[in-house]
Amino acid sequence: MTAPLLETRNLVIRFGGVIAANDVSLTITAGRNLAIIGPNGAGKTTFLNICTGWIKPSSGQVLFEGEDVTPLPPRAIVRKGVARAFQIPQLFTEHTALENLLIAVAARDRLRNPFMDLHRIPERDEMMHLLEMVKCADAAHRPVVELPEGQRKLVDIAVALALRPRLLLMDEPTSGVASSEKHRIMEILVEALAERKVTSVFVEHDMGIVERHAEEVAVWNAGNVQLRGTPREILDHPDVIRDVIGEAV
Amino acid sequence: MTHATEPDKSRQGRPAGGPSMAGTVLPLAGLALLALVPLGAPGMQLLVNLALAKGLAVAGVSVLLRAGQVSFGHALYFAVAAYAGAFLMTALPGADLALVLLAGLLGAVVAGVCVGLFVVRYRGIFFGMLNLAFSMIFWSFLEKFYHITGGADGIRLPRPAVLGMDLDRASFELVLFYLTLTLVLGLGWATIRWLASPAGQIFQTLKTNETRLEYLGVSPRRALLWGYLVSAALCGIGGALMGVTQGVVTPEYAWWIRSGEMVFIAVLGGAGSVRGAFVGALIYELVRTYASAYAGDVWQMLLGGFLLVIILFAPRGVIGMIETLAHRGEARK
Ligand SMILES: Nc1ncnc2c1ncn2[C@@H]1O[C@H](COP(=O)(O)OP(=O)(O)OP(=O)(O)O)[C@@H](O)[C@H]1O
Ligand SMILES: [Mg+2]
Repeated sequence: MTAPLLETRNLVIRFGGVIAANDVSLTITAGRNLAIIGPNGAGKTTFLNICTGWIKPSSGQVLFEGEDVTPLPPRAIVRKGVARAFQIPQLFTEHTALENLLIAVAARDRLRNPFMDLHRIPERDEMMHLLEMVKCADAAHRPVVELPEGQRKLVDIAVALALRPRLLLMDEPTSGVASSEKHRIMEILVEALAERKVTSVFVEHDMGIVERHAEEVAVWNAGNVQLRGTPREILDHPDVIRDVIGEAV
Repeated sequence: MTHATEPDKSRQGRPAGGPSMAGTVLPLAGLALLALVPLGAPGMQLLVNLALAKGLAVAGVSVLLRAGQVSFGHALYFAVAAYAGAFLMTALPGADLALVLLAGLLGAVVAGVCVGLFVVRYRGIFFGMLNLAFSMIFWSFLEKFYHITGGADGIRLPRPAVLGMDLDRASFELVLFYLTLTLVLGLGWATIRWLASPAGQIFQTLKTNETRLEYLGVSPRRALLWGYLVSAALCGIGGALMGVTQGVVTPEYAWWIRSGEMVFIAVLGGAGSVRGAFVGALIYELVRTYASAYAGDVWQMLLGGFLLVIILFAPRGVIGMIETLAHRGEARK
């Protein structure tokens, strides 16, 4: 049996009186997209923070492809093939959307030539296509600071994708995106991920999207995984209807 | 990058590679004009030479401004390089000018690594003040260890040879002037290119989002260290040139007012602009020299007032005003 893509073992972290991770053990299998759902403050973002080394758990382990990455800084985990899109987009606001992607490529490939213009790197067209894919081609040459929140979220995802990860963690990828666009963009995104053999984990509040695009669902509650199963099993579960879906409605 | 003070090639429809008015033509015209100074206005030759040497150091400070960091201690590298040159001349009388400059560069880079490894852990006011602290320590070292450094009197720097030749004073000054001009052109160009390159752009992202940088697999501290070394190297070459031009180096080179002056000139010329650093340095030295010739302390008032006007009405500095005018001129064509 091959090791799971990502595995956490008994993660615990406490912020003051809040237990944001309470003995979280979860495996993520390559090729199976996992949706994380759960009420506000359940610890979903904290889980992504721990998996990527941003926050160190007080106990427990994170393994990526069987290797213990718990002590590593985010940049080292990223280099192993984990990319992240954030709940609040993390972009270079004075740079254009395209430049954000070009910089991601420059970082990925450690481009050092001091006399080559960033705009002249061979991947420029590829990055333009990536922006088109997330429907942000019109934003390519505008500084990120001028973009609406929804577009920034999509550019943030494109930046993560530009790293060519094997695992992509997305925190509410389409929040802030107009609901008329949401489904279409998720459709394109999931297809592109499959094509590139990228496994995704996404935190999502929209149950329609979860149902359509996740192969598995994990329900977070009070810092732990309360339930895990296929979208059908989870969305029909009475506890989920009461605690999560009920709240969203 | 949408930086205000460098002309932006990426967004405009201008065909790639064509020289722009503000970016290329004006700076080259300016340099050509300066090249005529020894012939047309020999009285200003020394002043321009010193201003350009200082401009190189200011360009170093400007590089850091691109990453959103202000150093209030960069006179450290200016002084380290000048003293490194002076020590070399003391140890090897008659050494070549190129060797003096190399010694200065090496000194500045070595100091940059030592101090840099420490200061890149800090940002904002802490970064600025730590740099200041290191420069003050070096200043008191220069003052107190007079058996090594000559104390407050400093070290005399005899005229170095140029490619093996011993030149008389006038010829040496002429060589130095054109060498400085060449270095301004070469290093200015190289710095602008580096800032536009992948590594230079990564360095500038420190200004807006270190979290994303970390999540691109890059160490923000290491990115800052590279830029810090570029800035120390520029300051160093400026300082070494200043040392040979003046023929004497004193602890005043490391004095904190010198560091503040570099930041002042950077903002005056256009914060973060390499071209602005030289324009700012020329204006600064001209105003200082000619205004103080008329009345005692009037130059500080003039420059202070000028800076006030810049910050309030033209935050992109003098170079920003020049570029706006140039773009307008181009648009009208
Ligand atoms: N760095 C931190 N310092 C202190 N408290 C934190 C920190 N990060 C998270 N918390 C707390 O931990 C709890 C879980 O937060 P987390 O952001 O993981 O929730 P979430 O499930 O992502 O919620 P949401 O759906 O609102 O994004 C919250 O009570 C939050 O206030
Ligand atoms: Mg969250």
